[in-house]
Formats: sequence, C-alpha cells, structure tokens
Amino acid sequence: MSKFEALTGNDAVATAMRQINPDVMAAYPITPQTSTVQKFADFVADGLVDTDFVCVESEHSAMSACVGASAAGARVMTATSANGLALMWEIVYIAASNRCPIAMSLVNRALSAPINIHCDHSDVMGIRDSGWIILFSENGQEAYDNIIQAIRIGEHPDVLLPVAVCQDGFITSHSLERVEIFDDADVKAFVGEYKPRWPLLDLEHPKTYGPLDFYDYYYEHKRQQVEAMEHAQGVILEVADEFNRKFNHNYGLFESYRLEDAEVAVIAVNSTAGTIKVVVDQLRDEGLKVGLLKPRVFRPFPARELVDALSHLKAVAVMDRSVSFGAMDNAGPLFLELVAALAFHGVHVPVADYVYGLGGRDILPGEIERVYRDALKVAETGRVERMVTYLSVRE
Amino acid sequence: MATKLTPKELSKRPERLSPGHRLCAGCGATIIVRQILAAIDEPVIIANATGCLEVGTTIYPYTAWRVPWIHNAFENAASTISGVEAAYRSMVRQGKIPEQNIKFLAFAGDGGTYDIGIQALSGAVERGHQFLYICYDNGAYMNTGIQRSSATPYGAHTTTSPAGKVIPGKQQFRKDLTAIMAAHNIPYVAQAAPSQWRDLMKKTRKAVDCGGPAFMNVLSSCNRGWRHGTDETIEITQLAVDTCYWPLYEVEDGEWRLTYKPKKKRPVEEWLKRQGRFRHVFKPENRHMIDELQAEVDRRWERLLRLCGES
Amino acid sequence: MELKGWRDIPIGGMILEAGNAVEYLTGGWRAFRPVHGEAECIHCMQCWLFCPDSSVLVDPENEKMAGFDLEHCKGCGICASICPINAKVIKKAGEELARDDPRLCIRMVEEGKFQE
Repeated sequence: MSKFEALTGNDAVATAMRQINPDVMAAYPITPQTSTVQKFADFVADGLVDTDFVCVESEHSAMSACVGASAAGARVMTATSANGLALMWEIVYIAASNRCPIAMSLVNRALSAPINIHCDHSDVMGIRDSGWIILFSENGQEAYDNIIQAIRIGEHPDVLLPVAVCQDGFITSHSLERVEIFDDADVKAFVGEYKPRWPLLDLEHPKTYGPLDFYDYYYEHKRQQVEAMEHAQGVILEVADEFNRKFNHNYGLFESYRLEDAEVAVIAVNSTAGTIKVVVDQLRDEGLKVGLLKPRVFRPFPARELVDALSHLKAVAVMDRSVSFGAMDNAGPLFLELVAALAFHGVHVPVADYVYGLGGRDILPGEIERVYRDALKVAETGRVERMVTYLSVRE
Repeated sequence: MATKLTPKELSKRPERLSPGHRLCAGCGATIIVRQILAAIDEPVIIANATGCLEVGTTIYPYTAWRVPWIHNAFENAASTISGVEAAYRSMVRQGKIPEQNIKFLAFAGDGGTYDIGIQALSGAVERGHQFLYICYDNGAYMNTGIQRSSATPYGAHTTTSPAGKVIPGKQQFRKDLTAIMAAHNIPYVAQAAPSQWRDLMKKTRKAVDCGGPAFMNVLSSCNRGWRHGTDETIEITQLAVDTCYWPLYEVEDGEWRLTYKPKKKRPVEEWLKRQGRFRHVFKPENRHMIDELQAEVDRRWERLLRLCGES
Repeated sequence: MELKGWRDIPIGGMILEAGNAVEYLTGGWRAFRPVHGEAECIHCMQCWLFCPDSSVLVDPENEKMAGFDLEHCKGCGICASICPINAKVIKKAGEELARDDPRLCIRMVEEGKFQE
C-alpha cells in the first residue's frame, strides 16, 4: 500500500533514504542538496534509521568515507551538488574503479565561477567519464523511484558500480509535489539485503584495496569497468521491470512522450521535460506532430535504443543545460553524444542543439515553442541552419 | 592476556607485514609498521595514504599486507578509516556482524598528514572515531622524490627547497603537528621513535586502548632523502631524539608527560653532520643556520619541559 | 609472474592473496649479506625488532633467532649495526672493526665475494 504526500524533491529522496536505511551515510552540506541531509539527520536523531551518519568536514572526505565504508562491506549513500561534486571528483573516480556500489543523490547545480547556487547540469556532466551510472529524474517522484532502484542496480553482482540519481536543483529539489510514497516494508523488501563479496571486515580473508598498478595492469582493470557498464544496461532494465510490476510505474531507459507518430522531437532531461510536455500538448492541439524524448539513463548511454526511437523523425532538437566549452561549436554534451550515436549507426536525422537554463536561467514555454518551430522548419528544408543556439542569453 | 613487551615474546607473534615489499633497504617506515603491529594483539584494519609505504607494499599483483588494507588517495587516510570504522559500528549495532574488537589504523607519511591530509585528520579526530592514526614522519614527500613538506627541518635540502646559491635550503621551521593534535583534546597523542621500541610499543597500546581517536607521530629516517648509510637508520633516529629535535612524549587526556629524557642533551649539530641533506649548512656562510635551528630546538624543548612539569 | 588477462583477475584492483609479496624475491637487491660470525648469539631478538624487511627468522618454540631470510633480505645492515653483541665485540677490540670481521656476531659480507 502506498500513500501520497506533499514533499519536496529533496524530502522525497530523504524519505527513500530512510526506507532504504543504509548502514552509513557520509555527507557534507551544499545548496541545494542540504535539505536532504538535514531531513535525514532528523531521522537519525529520532532513531528512525540505523544509519551511522558521518558528518564529515568536506565533500572530499564524504566520498572518501563512503569508499571506506563500502569497501568495509556496508550499504552506503550520500548526496551532493556542483562544487561539492567537483571537490570530491578525485574520489568519485576512485569509488567507481574500486567498484563501490554507493548511491548518491546529485542535486544538479551550476559549477562556479561565478558562484551560482541554481540549476544547470554542468556538475553531473563533469563526471560523465568517471564510471558512475547516471540517472536523470524529471521530478521528485522520479528521484524517489530512481534512488530506490539505484540500490539494486549498483549492488548487482554483474555491475558493482556507484550510481548518481540527478534532479534539478531548486526546481524540483525545493518544490512541493504530490509524491507517491510506498510502504516501508515494500521498499525494504525491494532493496533487500546487501551481500558484499569482498568486505574488508571479513578478517578471515584479508584483502588489499587500491594497489599501485603499473602500465602492465591498469588497462585491464579499466577494461573490467567497461564490462560492468555493458552489463549495467540490462540490469537497469531488469530492476525497472521488477519495480514497475511491484509499484505500478513505467521506467525504462528513457520516456517517449507522443513520439511514435511525431515528425520532430525535442530531447531534454530532468525538470524541463515536464514543461516540454505541456508545450507538446499545446502544439499537438494546433495539429503539429511533435514529441519529446526524455532520457532517464545517461550512463550507460543507450545509443542503439535512442537511435531506434529517433530514426523515424525528420528533425531533432536537443536541449542542453550545460556547455562543453571548446567542443565542436561549443555544443552541449547531450547533443554531442547523440549526434555521435546517430552518425555511427548511419541514421541521418538533422539535429540542432539549444543550450538553455545555465545558472538557473528560466526556460519558458514560449522558448520551447520556438525550438519546436525551428525544428519543423528544419524538417522542411532538411538542413540545420545553426548547430548551437543559446536560448535567452542577453546579447 | 596481552603479549608481554619483550622481544622474545613479541617475536612469536605472526608477521603481519610480509617480506618482499619494495621499500628501500634500511627504510624506517617498515620498521615502524612492524613494531606497531607487533604491539597490537587484536585484529587490525588499515587505511594507508599514498606514499612510500603504500606504494612499496602494494605493487599489483603483490601485496605485503596480511591484514585487511585499503589505499584510497593521498589526503584521505583519516576519512577513509572513518568510513570503515563507521561501517563496523553500524553493522555491529544492527547485529549484522559480531563485535570483534578490531583496531582501526591509519598510516600516512608527513606529506599525507601535515599538509594535504591535515583536514581529513582534524575532521576525523573531532568526530571521535575510534582509530589510531600513525604518521611516519620522514620530513619530506619522499615517494615523489624528496620534496619539502611542512615537516621538513629548517635548513634541509629537498628538491623543492634546494640548497642553492642564494637560498640555502628550507627557510621555515617545521610545523609542530603533535602539539596541534594535542590541541584537539583527544584521549591520546604521542610522539615516538622506533629506536626506542619499547616506548613506541607502550604508546601504541595506550593509543589503541584509549577508546577514542589517537594520534602518534613517529620519526622515520629515510636514508635516501636524508643521505646516510642504509645501516645507520636506528642510530640516526636515536640522535634526533638525543638532540631533542624529536622529543618523546605523550599527552594522555590532556596531561603532558615526557617519556624519555636524554642523559646528556646533544647539540643538534651532531645530528645534522651525519646527514648529506645538511652538508651545505656547514659552510662558513651558512653556519648561522645551525645556531638558529639549535635555538628553535631549545625553545621548543624548554616549552615541552614546562608543559610536562619537568623544568 | 605471467601477465593475466582482464577476465582472470579480481575486479577493482583487489588483491585477494594476503601477503603474496613473499613471491617477489628482493634478496637480489643485496650488495652485502648478513652472516652469523663467531661471537655467541644471545637470541636477544633485537635484529628481529629492527629488520625493515621481516627477514630475520625466528624459531618461536625454542625462542631462538634462526637466521636470515636470504630470499628477501636487502642487506641494509641495520641488524649488524644494532646487534648488542657486535657492540660488545667492538668495545672489547678497542678499535673500529671491518663490517665483515669474523669476530662479530652479525657480519656484513660482500655478496659475490663471500665464500662460505
């Protein structure tokens, strides 16, 4: 049995964390993740969880303690944003290479400088090569659902990788929504017990973590990580399947909104996808055949599946909430990965990139409508006039 | 019944660091590790910062450690062991694993402790994790080729504080990290040296039994970085103690206690002249540096005597 | 050790055989080798206490120092430098003795030149 509660995205995640009841949480406050950890601290202080909550003195120490705890054999969770993620960057890579299944709530916020506490995706894009599984969430409900699934995904013996569940800073993390919260017992049963295979705490079998590799072995260890990523997609779908059946949801690798019979589509992640759905409905009422593809799984990147879903379209517009400075035409990362996928699989669909929302700059339905109208023009001419457009920046 | 602290009894204990590691012949660090592990009867789990000890003992696919051991990064031995200790406490509390009286240890050099690792160390002891942090202080970032750290003695030649034509070696006096750790008001802090093995082992036992965070700063001679013979390790370590450059003391629940007083306090020059890294300070134009170092050693020694109620 | 493929090694860089460094024979590093000399060993175990390489062998049942692990000993000479019987012998001789002087309890002899 479930119930509906009015919760912010952060509180929804904190609730999931309470239900998961990890052995250890090591976290450091940073806006806009802080309220998750504060709410969790309340749970700890009120004895509602068994978690040992380590109030570390920096994010670097947060992820370091998480790695130590996970290697010890504990189930571990944490949360951060932006510069906190940037500070722990060194250990983020180590968490993945040491194969520590840590689940992290990553509340997306712009990286400094200048310092900006609002939403964009520059933080998560900075760890896209780190070996973490990365899931995007449109709203608090998805963040709640994703972080529960993240436990099963990361701990799966064929995966054993850390998982970052993203949601937009302030926009969903601090907005009250109606969130379906499942029964404590059901969540507990779903995540099950963590059975670590090589815990440090197993004194009978002492082991060494984190040796020095020379050029004779480092490559092989990285190849193993590739293998884990290759298994991850299948595992993500298996876990989603089980979750969908148990909790009556519909998760997969991405969400298609009115895409099957569309002529043009926009691709966007996180909260903006919600706004886009409204615009899609409006334009459909005008008789325009438009749709949305909302990626959920960013790492491992489901290239084949995305290409298949988009190949019937006449034009695609990607909306990127971050810039890869110095990349081709200074495009955004979502665009770059998608065009590579389309090109490799020999599918020619013209794609344009729209950078938006940097540093929390609002994105309005009117601007999204413009993106669709541009795409419809591209569908007519078959040609993208301008690879990258920066929406609503003042010239 | 704890193993009696005699070499005969201790030598019966299993060797928890195997031979076949690749630290230099005569390295002080592994002597320290062996003495500390011999002094502890209980099972241990170790977090080790990047550095000579970590690199030399775990070149894949080999490990010299016969105990559970984790290396994470350079600056986070303390936060890593915090996580291991928290995992243990949590899982014992939940009944997931039995209580096993495991002693949690962190090993790091002066690089990973005084400088890049100081934040994690300070945070970990402030939070009260039950662990013993051992700094093997060889006075420089030795593993990367002898660069200066805040633990490097005044006047020493290192590759980033070289004895050059204009600047003759390191120009700053070393940080007093042991005093900094004592100021954290943790149950046990000590300064030790492997040349006084019984003192070191007694301190180790007090540290692991103190029921809270403990810190030991142990002088580790490096024949490569200090430029002395491979067989002079223990002798030169003891000279550092007898010149009062490296006093042996403990701070137990805030009480300062000197645990070794040299019968005859030797001039620091006797320690300097045995090491190639100080050769340049014996040039006439640099001799004043010896006096300055002596003055600082004396000042800190007098202060320590006062704190320990010995003056 | 033969180089293994990525499928044949544990994931995450873990090393599951504790202490397998014994298979790496650092004895080849030596320029000098410790040898028991004529002076009587009193089995004080000081050499065991100060060996950086866990290469002083011990017979725990009989509480005796049982020689050196020559497969791993790097020949640093610390054992000879701290041996109290060496100190006694040197004091008795009244002069500096060569490191390989047979009167010592632990002598350091040059590898390659030493004849048993």
